Amino acid sequence: MDLPLIWAFLIAIAVMLYVLLDGMDLGVGMLSAFASSDEERNMMTATIEPVWDGNETWLVLGGGGLFAAFPLAYAVIMPAVYLPVLIMLAALIFRGVAFEFRHKAVREPTRLFWNGAFYGGSLAASLSQGVILGAFITGFETSGREYAGGAFDWLSPFSLLTGVSVMFGYVLLGACWLILKTEGELQLKARRFGLWALVAVAICFALVSVATLAVDPRVTERWGVSMTSIEIAKILPLSPVPITGLALSAWLARDMLRIGGDSAGPDWRPYLLAIGIFLSGYVGLAISLFPWLVPFSFDIWDTAARDNALGLMLVGAGVMLPIILAYTIYVYSLFWGKVKPGDGYHA
Amino acid sequence: MEFDALLLSRLQFAFVIAFHILFPAFTIGLAAFLAVCEGLWLRTGKEVFKRLYLHWVKIFALAFAMGVVSGVVMSYQFGTNWSVFADRTGSVMGPLLGYEVLTAFFLEATFLGVMLFGWNRVGRTLHFIATCAVAIGTSISAFWILSANSWMQTPTGFAIDPETGNFYATDWLAVIFNPSFPSRYVHMMLAAFITTAAVVLAAGAWQMICGRSSEPTRWQTRMAAGTLALLMPLQIWAGHWSGEVAHEYQPAKVAAIEGWCETGPVQGTVLFAWPADNACGLDGVTLPNTSPILFASAHGDLQGLDAFAEDERPPLWLVFWSFRIMVGAGMALLVMGLWGVFKWWRGTIAEPGLYHWLAVPTGALGFVAVISGWVTAEVGRQPWTVYGHLSTADSLAPVSAGQVATSLLVFMIVYAIIFTAGVVYMARIATRGFGDDPAPPPEKGRRAPGTPLGSVDDPANVPEDIVAAE
Ligand code: HDD
Ligand code: HEM
Ligand code: HEM
Repeated sequence: MDLPLIWAFLIAIAVMLYVLLDGMDLGVGMLSAFASSDEERNMMTATIEPVWDGNETWLVLGGGGLFAAFPLAYAVIMPAVYLPVLIMLAALIFRGVAFEFRHKAVREPTRLFWNGAFYGGSLAASLSQGVILGAFITGFETSGREYAGGAFDWLSPFSLLTGVSVMFGYVLLGACWLILKTEGELQLKARRFGLWALVAVAICFALVSVATLAVDPRVTERWGVSMTSIEIAKILPLSPVPITGLALSAWLARDMLRIGGDSAGPDWRPYLLAIGIFLSGYVGLAISLFPWLVPFSFDIWDTAARDNALGLMLVGAGVMLPIILAYTIYVYSLFWGKVKPGDGYHA
Repeated sequence: MEFDALLLSRLQFAFVIAFHILFPAFTIGLAAFLAVCEGLWLRTGKEVFKRLYLHWVKIFALAFAMGVVSGVVMSYQFGTNWSVFADRTGSVMGPLLGYEVLTAFFLEATFLGVMLFGWNRVGRTLHFIATCAVAIGTSISAFWILSANSWMQTPTGFAIDPETGNFYATDWLAVIFNPSFPSRYVHMMLAAFITTAAVVLAAGAWQMICGRSSEPTRWQTRMAAGTLALLMPLQIWAGHWSGEVAHEYQPAKVAAIEGWCETGPVQGTVLFAWPADNACGLDGVTLPNTSPILFASAHGDLQGLDAFAEDERPPLWLVFWSFRIMVGAGMALLVMGLWGVFKWWRGTIAEPGLYHWLAVPTGALGFVAVISGWVTAEVGRQPWTVYGHLSTADSLAPVSAGQVATSLLVFMIVYAIIFTAGVVYMARIATRGFGDDPAPPPEKGRRAPGTPLGSVDDPANVPEDIVAAE
C-alpha cells in the first residue's frame, strides 16, 4: 500500500472540508458586518453557532494531520509562513471568543468591540488563509531539511491575489448558506451579496488560473498551456475541470437571480453549487501541484512519516473518520431548517 | 541572558501553553460536573440539579471557547517555532496528536453544539448523552496530550534513524504507555477536578457572603467541599507517585525539586531555601532523614545536584519554588475541603463566616497549582525536549528573533484582552447566583424544557448591583 499517497489524499479531503465548512461560517462572519440591526446579526450568527466549533476542528486536523503524516512538510512550511499564520491565529482567537462574548457584553462600546472582533476576525482569517495558499503555490526556498528563505517571502502580488480570492470565495459560501438558512429580507440581502461575491470570485479565479501558469514551468507543462502555445492533447482531458466550474457559476447566478420570484429553485441548491465551484478550483489546484507537498522542493514521499506511524494513523482514521462524519451529519440535520428570530442564545 | 530566537520561543511556548492549560484544567472538571448534575436531575427529577446545570453551562461555554482558540494556537506552535523538533519526532509524536484530534476534539466540538443549543431539538436522554460525549471527549484529549508529553519526558519504545536522526517507534504500546504516563495522567485529571471544585466552592461562598444564597448555592457548595475532601488525599498520593517515577527516570529534576546538594544514601526534605555561595547554590532549613519514608521505593544512593554537570541541571530556583507553591496550594485545598465537610456535617455550611471569606481566594488555588505543577515538570526536564535525546536548543525552528518577538507581543496583547473580558463575564455569571426560585418553565412533552441560556442573560434579570458594577 502506498501509505503516503493515501495520507496525502486524506489530508487533502480534511483541508477541503475545512474550506467548505469553516469557509462558510467565516463568510457569514464577514457578512455580519452588513447587518442592519442587532436582531439581523443575531439571526446570522444563529445559523452557525451550533456548528462553528466542529467546523474549525477540520483546521486542527489539517495542521495536526500534516504534522503527523508529513512532518517534514509541516516543519518547512510553518516557519515560512510564520507571520500570516500568526495573523490567522490571532484573528481566529478574536472571532472564536466573540461568538460568546458578543452576548455577554452589557455596555454599548464593549458590545460594538466584540461585534467588530467577530467580522474583523473573520475577514483577517480569510485573507491570511488565502495568502498562505498563495505562498504555498509559489513554493518555498529550502536548504537541507529546513526552510531557508526570509520572513516576508510569503508576500507577493500573487499571494495577495489568492488572499482576496479566498476571501470572496468564503463570502460566496456564507451568502449561499444564509440563503439556505434564512428567509424574507435577510435572504434577499444574502442574495445581493452572493451575486456580487460570485462575480468577484469568477474574476479572481480566472486571474489566479492564468497567474498559476506563470508560477513554474512544471505547472505549465502539466496543463499544456503557456503564453505562446497550447497542447491540445494535454489540455483536452483536463478541460472538464475549469468548464465545470464555469457552468456551475452560471447556474448559481441564474438560481440567485430567481430567489424570491415564482420560479425560484430549492433554497439548498445555491450552497451545493457554490461547493461545486470550490471543488473545481480545488481539483484544478491539485492537478497543478501534485505530487509536490513543499512546492517545488519535496514531494509527498520525501516528507512522509515512517510507514508504521502512517499505518497506525490509518487504522485510527479508518475507524474514526466515518464516525466523525456520521455525527457531524447528525448534528447538522438536527439544526436543519430556517432560523427564526430569537433562535440561538438569546431567546 | 540574550533575547535570541531560542529564549523568545521558549518564553512564547511557556506563555501560550500556560494560558491554554488554564482552560482545559477548568473545562475537564466542569464538563464532568455538568454531566453529574444533569444525570442527577434525570434520575431524581429534582429541579435544583437542572438549575445548577443551566447556570454552570453558561460559564462552561465561555471557558470552552477560550480553551479551543488557545488550543488551536498550540497545534501550530510545534511547526512555527519548533520545526526541527517537529521534523525529528513527527513519526512518534504525530500519531499521538493525530489520535487526539480524531478521538477527542471532534467529539467535544461537535456535541458542544448540541449541549448548548440542542435543548429544544432533542429529548432529555439525547441531551444527556451529548453532555457525556463532551465530558468524555475532554478526558480522552487529556489522555493523548499527556501521553505525548510524557513520552517526551520519559521516552521509550523508539529508535533513531542513523541517516536523518529522526525518531521512529519500535513499539507503539511502549510509546503510548511510557513510564511516566500513568502517574501523570492520574495527577492531571485529579488536578482538573480539584481546580473546578475550588472554583465552584468559591462561587458558592461568595453568593452566601452577598446574601444571594438559594438552594442550588447550598448544593454546589456542599458538592464542591465534598469533592475537595475526597480528591485531595488522592492527589497527594498521585503526586507522590509522580515524584517516585520522576526520581527513577529524571533524577536531576528531583534533585532540583528537593534541593538536594550532595549525593548520599539518605536525604532530608528542604522546607525553605535561599541562594548561597556554595557549590550547590542554596542553603536551607531541612528536615533530616525523610527519604526512607518519602522515597521508600528508591534503591542505592540518592543523587544530589553535584551528580550532574552544570549544563545538565535544570534551572534550580524555578523548579524548587514552583514545586513548593503547588504542594502548598494543595495543602490549602485539602484544609478547605475537610473544613467544609465538617461544617456540612455540623449543618453550618450555609452560614457565611471566616470559612466563606477564605473560600473565595481559594478558587484561584487550583489554577496556581496547575501552572506551578507544569512549570515543575517542564522546567525540571530542561535542557531537553526529548529527555536525554534531543535538546531544546536543537529543536528550534529557523525563525528570526524579530519574528518571534512580534508573535510573542501579539499573543500577550490578544490574550490579555480576551482573558480580562472572559474572566469578567464568567465572574459576573458565577457571582450573580440563582435568584429566587423561579416558576419552572413549562415542559413540552418529553422535551427538555425551555431555552436555558437566554432569559438570565437579559440585563433586566441581572441584579441591580451587578449591572452597576460593570
Ligand atoms: C506535548 C507537549 C507539551 C505539553 C503538553 C506541555 N509542554 Fe511545556 N514544553 C514542551 C512540550 C509540552 C516543549 C516543546 O518540549 C518545550 C518547548 C520548548 C521547550 O523547552 O520544551 C516546552 C517548554 C515549556 C516551558 C519552558 C521551559 C524552559 O524553557 O525552561 C514551560 C514553562 C512549559 N513548557 C510549561 C508547560 C505548561 C504550563 C504545560 C501545561 C499545559 C506544558 N508545558 C505542557
Ligand atoms: C502542547 C500541548 C497541547 C496542544 C498542542 C494542544 C492542542 C489543543 C487544540 C488544538 C485544542 C482545540 C481543539 C478544538 O478545536 O476543540 C485543544 C483543546 C483542549 N485541550 Fe489542549 N493542547 C495542549 C495541551 C493540553 C494539555 C496539557 C491538556 C490537558 C491535560 C489539554 C486538554 C485540552 C482540552 C480538554 C481541550 C478542549 C477544549 C477546552 O475546553 O479547552 N491540552 N488543545
Ligand atoms: C500535595 C501534594 C502534591 C505532590 C506531592 C505533587 C507532586 C508532583 C510532582 C512530583 C510533579 C512532577 C511530575 C513530573 O515531573 O513528571 C507534579 C506535577 C504536576 N502537579 Fe502536582 N503534586 C501535588 C499536588 C498538586 C495539586 C493540588 C495540583 C493541582 C490542583 C497539582 C497539579 C500538577 C500538575 C498539573 C503537574 C504537571 C503534570 C504532571 O507532570 O503530572 N499537583 N506534581
